[in-house]
Amino acid sequence: MTVNFTHKQSAHCESGVVSNLLRFHGLEFDEPMVFGIGSGLFFSYLPFIKVNGIPVAAYRIWPGQIFKRFSDRIGIKIETKKFSSPAKAMLALDQMLEKGQPVGMLTSVFYLNYLPAAYRFHFNAHNIIVFGKENGKYLVSDPVMEYTTEISYEDLVRARFAKGMPEPSGRMYYPIRVPKDFSLEKALWTGIKQTSNHMTRIPVPIVGSKGMRYLSKRLRYWPERIGDKKAIQWLGNLIRMQEEIGTGGAGFRFIYAAFLDQASARLQNEKLFNLSKQLTKSGDQLRDFAYYAGRVCKNRKSDTKTFAELGDMLEACAQREQEIFHELYELSKSK
Amino acid sequence: MEKDHVPQDQENLNEGKLAKLYYATDDKGHYVKVNSVGWEPETVAMQQAWDVVFDEVEEARKKVLEGKASPLLYYIKKNIMTHSMVASYASTFGFMVRLHCRPYFFKKLSREKLEKYAYTFRISVEELLDLEQLKKNDR
Repeated sequence: MTVNFTHKQSAHCESGVVSNLLRFHGLEFDEPMVFGIGSGLFFSYLPFIKVNGIPVAAYRIWPGQIFKRFSDRIGIKIETKKFSSPAKAMLALDQMLEKGQPVGMLTSVFYLNYLPAAYRFHFNAHNIIVFGKENGKYLVSDPVMEYTTEISYEDLVRARFAKGMPEPSGRMYYPIRVPKDFSLEKALWTGIKQTSNHMTRIPVPIVGSKGMRYLSKRLRYWPERIGDKKAIQWLGNLIRMQEEIGTGGAGFRFIYAAFLDQASARLQNEKLFNLSKQLTKSGDQLRDFAYYAGRVCKNRKSDTKTFAELGDMLEACAQREQEIFHELYELSKSK
Repeated sequence: MEKDHVPQDQENLNEGKLAKLYYATDDKGHYVKVNSVGWEPETVAMQQAWDVVFDEVEEARKKVLEGKASPLLYYIKKNIMTHSMVASYASTFGFMVRLHCRPYFFKKLSREKLEKYAYTFRISVEELLDLEQLKKNDR
């Protein structure tokens, strides 16, 4: 039982799954559109929450939100299920495949053995689509991969019932109703408004572009505060959050710039295209930041001077983003 | 980033399995999709994260061979897990897992409990108990 399914590669797993699932249901949305309408872009630095002793920095909104916001704005009704036992979860999956319905699900990257070993940490919020079963193996469309792959029953069970934070608990989802007509214009503006609002106007110093500036200030003192070795580890983690798989480059800034580019074409709004160009420039600066940070990590030497320079670079990005998103907010608030 | 500048560093950790998708601009500033096989800073950061893991595994392996810790600790580190994660796989408590990382308590474990731990790491009980393998196993 294989569903006739077109797979397209994407940069980010969540927006990619939504884009691929909706194509099956007859709605064509490119990945940046999903990311933008779902207000995926964000920044937050949470020094008081540590994973493996490293403070959390995120360049995007938390997992699950893009999907939720996007389907709310377009008016898609999604059914989500979670399960108490692997047997029930796999049976439900088989039944959906029997009906010819591809199913999106949450998995842990650690058990997805078609991915290169270097990526397989315990990250429990990776989205994939299963669209068929052949010879006891499940056919998988993983949005970050170029082509579709397959996975064994046992591995899929492990991946769906991984433990830790957060627990997928076999969660699976599929659209049950897609709207025939909807206001794309309104959805686009709502998405832009929310992102720009959250990036510039939340009165908390650790989120949005303020959060980026806050991080840039803290980063300068890392070598003094926590020592060379840890400072370099923390910096390496920051690079990974910004550039590793699923970001599309520069911590999702390029995906968002691509969204603004596409939105400007749909809305016939030249200003959005200009802002897209500015965001591209600011994203390039972030790439430079990662490049220099990578050099520091490679040499395994840190001194306050290089960290101060890195702080300056990040602060310049924060300043630029503040201006860009402020302008976006002014543009979108009356729409 | 312009599409001609999308990095294609051959030295990467992707094992040829993956060419990630990037968004890059054409000469007019419009976005196109470009695949990239790797970028050095990212590879460095990833390698660094793995080096931390490998160091911990090696440290655990030495401890086990010196008799200061039970093989359980080695397998926890090797699977990049934490005590509480292992506890929820083996349906017990974090502090019990911590206790069982000591040889004295590990030796007293019943077959049933050992099987639960072995299941967690996807190995057999014999492999879990086999210290000879740890001696050969350099990484």
